[in-house]
Amino acid sequence: MREISVELIRDTVARLAMEACCRLPKSTLDAMRRARESELSPTGRDVLDQLIENAGIAASENVPICQDTGLAVVFADIGQDVHITGGLFEDAVNDGIAKGYTEGYLRKSSVAEPLFERKNTGDNTPAIIHIRLVEGDRITLRLAPKGAGSENKGALHMLVPADGIEGVKKAVVETVRHAGASPCPPMVIGVGIGGNMETACLCAKKACARDADSRNPDPRYAKLEDELLELVNRLGTGPAGLGGSVTAFKVNVEFCATHIASLPVAVNINCNAARHAEAVL
Amino acid sequence: MPATHHLTTPLSRDIIRTLHAGDLVFITGTVYAARDAAHKRMIEALDRGESLPFDPVGQIIYYVGPTPAKPGKPIGSAGPTTSGRMDAYAPRLMELGLAGMIGKGNRSKTVMDAIRNNVCVYFAATGGAAALISRCITSYTVLAWPELGPEALAVMTVENFPATVVADCYGGDLYEEGKKPYQSI
Repeated sequence: MREISVELIRDTVARLAMEACCRLPKSTLDAMRRARESELSPTGRDVLDQLIENAGIAASENVPICQDTGLAVVFADIGQDVHITGGLFEDAVNDGIAKGYTEGYLRKSSVAEPLFERKNTGDNTPAIIHIRLVEGDRITLRLAPKGAGSENKGALHMLVPADGIEGVKKAVVETVRHAGASPCPPMVIGVGIGGNMETACLCAKKACARDADSRNPDPRYAKLEDELLELVNRLGTGPAGLGGSVTAFKVNVEFCATHIASLPVAVNINCNAARHAEAVL
Repeated sequence: MPATHHLTTPLSRDIIRTLHAGDLVFITGTVYAARDAAHKRMIEALDRGESLPFDPVGQIIYYVGPTPAKPGKPIGSAGPTTSGRMDAYAPRLMELGLAGMIGKGNRSKTVMDAIRNNVCVYFAATGGAAALISRCITSYTVLAWPELGPEALAVMTVENFPATVVADCYGGDLYEEGKKPYQSI
């Protein structure tokens, strides 16, 4: 049994929040640079130049890449042999979010209740925490801030098995077509296939928090990722939606077991500021 | 061939008529910052028969909710937010004389019609380029509803703020036209 204190969890989460919001992951920046080389539209290339310059300014001045520093999505893989000391895990994560978003001059974009008062919580809590119990005595924290411009354009399609691969492709392409310029293309598109309503969406979220240079380990799904990318890039939406050949940097697919009668497909779009930061405690 | 314009606010209708979808602009002068909650409050004020906290005639609203300013800086990162969420409110403001909007993303048919009928213009700034854009903003002062935090109504001074004309007063729509040469699905 290894002990990990809530203070360490809090301070790590705070650091990850600031890092994720101000430093674009290398995989996203590399994807941006490759897109700059391949983009056919001169306007699209100008947009990509701006985004690359923006990432440089954000990193060197330690300021947010995007003003929408998002809701804080935290994937926590907790080893079964860890003993968390000094308090509750979820409180530690939320304390870390409050600390990171306040001390890092990040925007507080969370309202406590969605419909009547929509009062800002003032410290960007609560985080959205996905806990998984895993083998070992470590905690892996992956923080993926997610803005609403892209999040609002996601969709869940409850397909049936007869819809098959073509149905999945159509669901993804039409979701991206409908999203248009709003989710700040070029995007990283997360697709979750299988499970039920909530697991399909969680798979999609995990997929869009993956690196832009990652591939699904199953070669069939890796090939599907390539095919989906080729299809969405034929939409012509382009950088900033002003027209072009690069609408998405990458499509990431995750899948899980599903019911004999189901084929859920969730599409969770990430913007050009596809951000995340990870630490292992 | 898209033209480049250097614009100073407020914008006259004659100037707006020279702008065409696809043109690049660099905006200098006063621009107002407002997004969802400030728009809701402006419309509620109008519904009560009150006047707006600023005279919208000839002015531009930038759809933005910036990050907090670091010490010594006028503003934090300040890129555009999704304009479609303001579609329910924008036509009323255009009818009162609002000249332009800066944001990102497609607008409803009602808004596109209002842009044409009221001789207005809709500009896109580059979504995601928030640190770069904030360098063009030299002042940011909250005008009303400070309790809304990043959603407060504010007045900003901008210098050579870069944007692209997406919707002009002739019905031009760059989001529709721009993708056509690259669309094959």
